[in-house]
Amino acid sequence: MAALDRVKVLVLGDSGVGKSSLVHLLCHNQVLGNPSWTVGCSVDVRIHDYKEGTPEEKTYYIELWDVGGSVGSATSVKRTRAVFYNLLNGIILVHDLTNKKSSQNLYRWSLEALNRDVAPTGVLVTNGDYDREQFADNQIPLLVIGTKLDQIPETKRNEVLTRTAFLAEDFNAEEINLDCTNPRYLAAGSSNAVKLSRFFDKVIEKRYFLRDGNQV
Amino acid sequence: IQMLNASSLLQVLFFGFGWLFFMRKLFKDYEVRQYVVQVIFSVTFAFSCTMFELIIFEILGVLNSSSRYFHWKLNLCVILLILVFMVPFYIGYFVVSNIRLLHRQKLLFACVLWLTFMYFFWKLGDPFPILSPKHGILSIEQLISRVGVIGVTLMALLSGFGAVNCPYTYMSYFLRNVTDADILALERRLLQTMDMIVSKKKRIAVAHRTMFQRGEVHNKPTGFWGMIKSVTTSVPGSENLSLIQQEVDALEELSRQLFLETADLHATKERIEYSKTFQGKYFNFLGYFFSIYCVWKIFMATINIVFDRVGKTDPVTRGIEITVNYLGIQFDVKFWSQHISFILVGIIIVTSIRGLLITLTKFFYAISSSKSSNVIVLLLAQIMGMYFVSSVLLIRMSMPPEYRIIITEVLGELQFNFYHRWFDVIFLVSALSSILFLYLAHKQAPEKHMAL
Repeated sequence: MAALDRVKVLVLGDSGVGKSSLVHLLCHNQVLGNPSWTVGCSVDVRIHDYKEGTPEEKTYYIELWDVGGSVGSATSVKRTRAVFYNLLNGIILVHDLTNKKSSQNLYRWSLEALNRDVAPTGVLVTNGDYDREQFADNQIPLLVIGTKLDQIPETKRNEVLTRTAFLAEDFNAEEINLDCTNPRYLAAGSSNAVKLSRFFDKVIEKRYFLRDGNQV
Repeated sequence: IQMLNASSLLQVLFFGFGWLFFMRKLFKDYEVRQYVVQVIFSVTFAFSCTMFELIIFEILGVLNSSSRYFHWKLNLCVILLILVFMVPFYIGYFVVSNIRLLHRQKLLFACVLWLTFMYFFWKLGDPFPILSPKHGILSIEQLISRVGVIGVTLMALLSGFGAVNCPYTYMSYFLRNVTDADILALERRLLQTMDMIVSKKKRIAVAHRTMFQRGEVHNKPTGFWGMIKSVTTSVPGSENLSLIQQEVDALEELSRQLFLETADLHATKERIEYSKTFQGKYFNFLGYFFSIYCVWKIFMATINIVFDRVGKTDPVTRGIEITVNYLGIQFDVKFWSQHISFILVGIIIVTSIRGLLITLTKFFYAISSSKSSNVIVLLLAQIMGMYFVSSVLLIRMSMPPEYRIIITEVLGELQFNFYHRWFDVIFLVSALSSILFLYLAHKQAPEKHMAL
């Protein structure tokens, strides 16, 4: 077995948005049959070909850490969750297109994960206010994914997509909108698949290449 | 007319409070898609509180008794309508909406569910001696008596558990000793388990990929000869894989356990720190008082049951009697009785409303999800309504006889003594089981801790 290098990406979002289904789709290209409550954290692995199709192609393992819970959890649960935020290389923010609150809560989720990384004293030094500056100099690549696209009626789609475009802009991130029960959204060659590939490439680059300036 | 204005104003106020409570506390993480739910919750809350308001009016002697009586009857009818017809129907409707199969005939199935509910609701009256048989089928007394039984059971269960849990949480005597080293050790174990899961999943992923690339995945043996072939030439990779998958499942279960235990330790550490503060010490002190009160209540409940005794006098009159007879202090009994009843009843009402809302909120956070939030909120509204109606029933005991009359008149000829006895029984059962439950939980925790 080849020794493949390790990359860690967090998957964050409110409970019930479909993170487990999404992770299963990303890792196994199959729809998750019986999604159930995520307690603590569940991990899955996706094999990703960095720079596919070029001479520099190399295979990496991407670990997707799906952290369960809600933003309003008790402090004790938040402190326990903070253990998973160590050494992360990328964040996928998941929200439910049919539930505005889940999109708003993404700000709090990202602050929780990013501040933990910055201040390793274990104390969350945030009052939850969103500040664009904090995201401007953030080095960790973000990706925003909206789920349950199939449950939005055609007439409302434009409105919802405009809103999510603003959201992705705030995070300085790409966005993908899909339905986790339908693999065709991530079919090879589709624009979503390209965005996903680009995101993972960026994560790998930040992890291994740009730090040293030359290839590891 | 005056009365109508004053009480409508108060009702609107209660409605607004219920609305805000719903929005700010219960549904703060969810989006309110169906406003019907919010309206029903606020309406139930408003009419329940109006009943308490009417009791207060009774004590203070606001306006004349015939208009008060009229308002009582009116309010009671509305509340029963809500609790027996509206809320159960909507619960059935939202439960059916969640099930995809029954989408077409939503209303039909909702009616079916409601009829089932009514059947069991009616059957509830049989084993209990709550009514004199001279009442008709569709009278208020029939409905109230059943609502009363459910509500009193709930109240007694909550009181029993609360009476035991309160000193247990307040007193720091029961806090287990948790050090930072304990927490760090657990966290390290948790991360190690996650790492093991990751490495095993990597092996599975690599194996799947190589199988896919070699085209083995699609090579399912078909037909008779295919089956024979599969017996003799088993793929060594797939057997290994299922073994690894089992190991992964076990490790994932372990990681969940470790996560919950770590969260528990963090919570205990927080409580230890809190108990060192001034507030913490104050609550600790209160805890000792509450434990004495709790023991006394259990004792009184047992005495009531064993000696088949139902208290005849209310605490207010009793207190006044004692002061006048034994301490020799003379004062205007009528005047003071009214004011003290008002304060006492007021305190009971406010603390029970507050206690119930807090418990309901905690319960809601614990079990709701984005799909079931509507159903759960409606269930909570139902519980809240029944709880408040039975509080009115039981509060009768705490009031001097002159104020009890209106409740007796309005609620009809219910066997009030039965309800008090039933409350005592359920309270005793609940308190004793809570003690047993907390004892077991407390004993088990440090053992789990040691085994790590």
